[in-house]
Amino acid sequence: MKYIFKFIAIFVIAFPTVTHADKEKLSGYAAIESRVFTSDAQFSNQFNGVQSSLILQPEFSSQTVNGMEKFSFIPFARLDNRDTNRSHADLREAYWLHSDEQWELLVGVNRVFWGVAESNHLVDIINQTDQVDSVNGEEKLGQPMVNITTEQEWGRLSFFIMPLFRERTYPSEEGRLRSDAIVAKEVVYESRDEQRHVDLTLRYSHYIGEWDFGVYYFKGTGREPRFTSNGNQLTAQYDQIEQIGTDVQFTNGAWLWKFEGINRLQNNYRFNAVVGGFEYTLYQIANSAADLGLLLEYMHDSRDKNSAKAPPVEANDDFFLGARLALNDTSDSEMLMGVIIDRNDHSTVISLEAKRRLNSHWKLELESRWFNNTKENTLLSQLKEDSFIALRVARYF
Amino acid sequence: MKIIFKQRKYKIAIVTSLALLLSTTVFAQTDEQKGLDISARSDRSDRGFGDSQVNLKMILRNAAGKESTRTLVLKTLEVPDENEGDKSIIVFDSPADISGTAILSHAKILDADDQWLYLPALKRIKRISSVNKSGPFVGSEFAFEDLTASELNKYKYMFIGIDTCGTLKCNKVERYPQYQYSGYTRQVAWIDTDIYQIRKIEFYERRGDLLKTLSISGYKKYTGNIWRAQHFVMKNHQTGKSTELIYSDYKFKTGLKDNDFQKSDLRSAR
Repeated sequence: MKYIFKFIAIFVIAFPTVTHADKEKLSGYAAIESRVFTSDAQFSNQFNGVQSSLILQPEFSSQTVNGMEKFSFIPFARLDNRDTNRSHADLREAYWLHSDEQWELLVGVNRVFWGVAESNHLVDIINQTDQVDSVNGEEKLGQPMVNITTEQEWGRLSFFIMPLFRERTYPSEEGRLRSDAIVAKEVVYESRDEQRHVDLTLRYSHYIGEWDFGVYYFKGTGREPRFTSNGNQLTAQYDQIEQIGTDVQFTNGAWLWKFEGINRLQNNYRFNAVVGGFEYTLYQIANSAADLGLLLEYMHDSRDKNSAKAPPVEANDDFFLGARLALNDTSDSEMLMGVIIDRNDHSTVISLEAKRRLNSHWKLELESRWFNNTKENTLLSQLKEDSFIALRVARYF
Repeated sequence: MKIIFKQRKYKIAIVTSLALLLSTTVFAQTDEQKGLDISARSDRSDRGFGDSQVNLKMILRNAAGKESTRTLVLKTLEVPDENEGDKSIIVFDSPADISGTAILSHAKILDADDQWLYLPALKRIKRISSVNKSGPFVGSEFAFEDLTASELNKYKYMFIGIDTCGTLKCNKVERYPQYQYSGYTRQVAWIDTDIYQIRKIEFYERRGDLLKTLSISGYKKYTGNIWRAQHFVMKNHQTGKSTELIYSDYKFKTGLKDNDFQKSDLRSAR
């Protein structure tokens, strides 16, 4: 919270200097979300039934006519009626960006996404996951940074200096979708600099013909914590890591071939992880306007299961099968269904995400996750009673 | 003499029938050439615009007349080579939930375009498959292939006659898409004989039936002899739906460069 107020203060001070900006825009959304858990809770003190949230994310942006200077300011807040940790605020973005023909300089808080796969965002490392917000791993906390980029004939080279680490968010004791032991507020860092360790990343990306690719090197505080047991609590331990990552997509007609891979050194221990597969689209199926995409991905992770060595991981030898249906109607109706199957213990996670515009301002979104056959899976068995259906109504402005 | 005359008459008959036969084939060639010439003249009349930027309002109507609207900005960079397509960025402004969503295309003439989609909520740039240009674009009656500039070498042509079009006289030219995955077998374009602009196009789908009619009006001349229409209406005859496009604030030679049509530019395109 302190951190957010600090940034707001900086912005209020910095803003008058760009009031001559010529293209200003206020947009964003407010939403109501209800999440229904179909079973009673597994652990004591967890709530049963329905969880409701109010979400607000205004987005303010301003840029000069020539587009060379840009400001973005996107605060986010969620108010939850059941889980105190889920009620939280964040600065998703608050940056100043200067760009000329070949160079860009960004200072402030930003979100950066890397990757091509659908089932696992393996190479995506800049931002911390906002786990309480959504279990799909796509909601991220804003990351303070200085980012220098050059765009040349031979590709894009981007350097990130990240002076402040963001800790992952976890549900509180009364919350659902958590482990038996609660993640404590106090965390442990490997680095003496703790949260103020300066993380560095260099990424190169480019495309040639049908190939889009990127490769990066990251050195700093790992975004995924390990856990040490401390009575009925878990202590998150953030190690210093070195990671090389790559993402490649080959686009060939209706086929998209995707690959992501990482090699990480963490806690004096080196391991690899990959995710790869394809998306094939059938256009205008059955003489309608709808397109149907078929997805198949495989995930592998070689890390040690011992939590003293590496952070826990679910997707270590799993298949993802999915289908994406886009109706191409005026409401932009879209649905993504998928199942992740663990090859070893045969546990499955079924997911469904659907959205549809109601009119020019209102939108309806549905998310559902089902955890099945989890008894031999130590991670997923913690979530075995947490299958849910969430419905969100958002007003965009 | 008589015999010779008869023979000659016979010969003449053969020659004339041969000539007639020939003439039809000769004329057929001329019709193709004429169709190409008219289309080339029309296409080349807007060459040399350099780059352009325009606001676009799309009004979608279903059979019952219910409307929904999208607004977007279209930036185009002209690629002078006729064997290559132009580069363009489309940025949506409304509906609000897709505001900032952007599509970058590096158009090809006979191959699938290079296309990237930017999703602002996830800050994700995705290379997307573009083989299918015939599906509805954002739920409208326009397919992506109807929206991208009608580059000359995308079709083969045939002149099929003269017709009136409003107060003007028009050349009717049939065009046959050369792109393998086009949604159409043929199109009939009405190109006026005055300023050589397209006034109407009929689209015939794969089975050969009439699918849609596009009416184009409100041509305006901009500096550099560039003609641009302000108003397009696409009517789908099979579903009764229609889509209206209203272009406004055309700007040319705004100083956009190749550098502004790279995939990372999608993020800041709004």
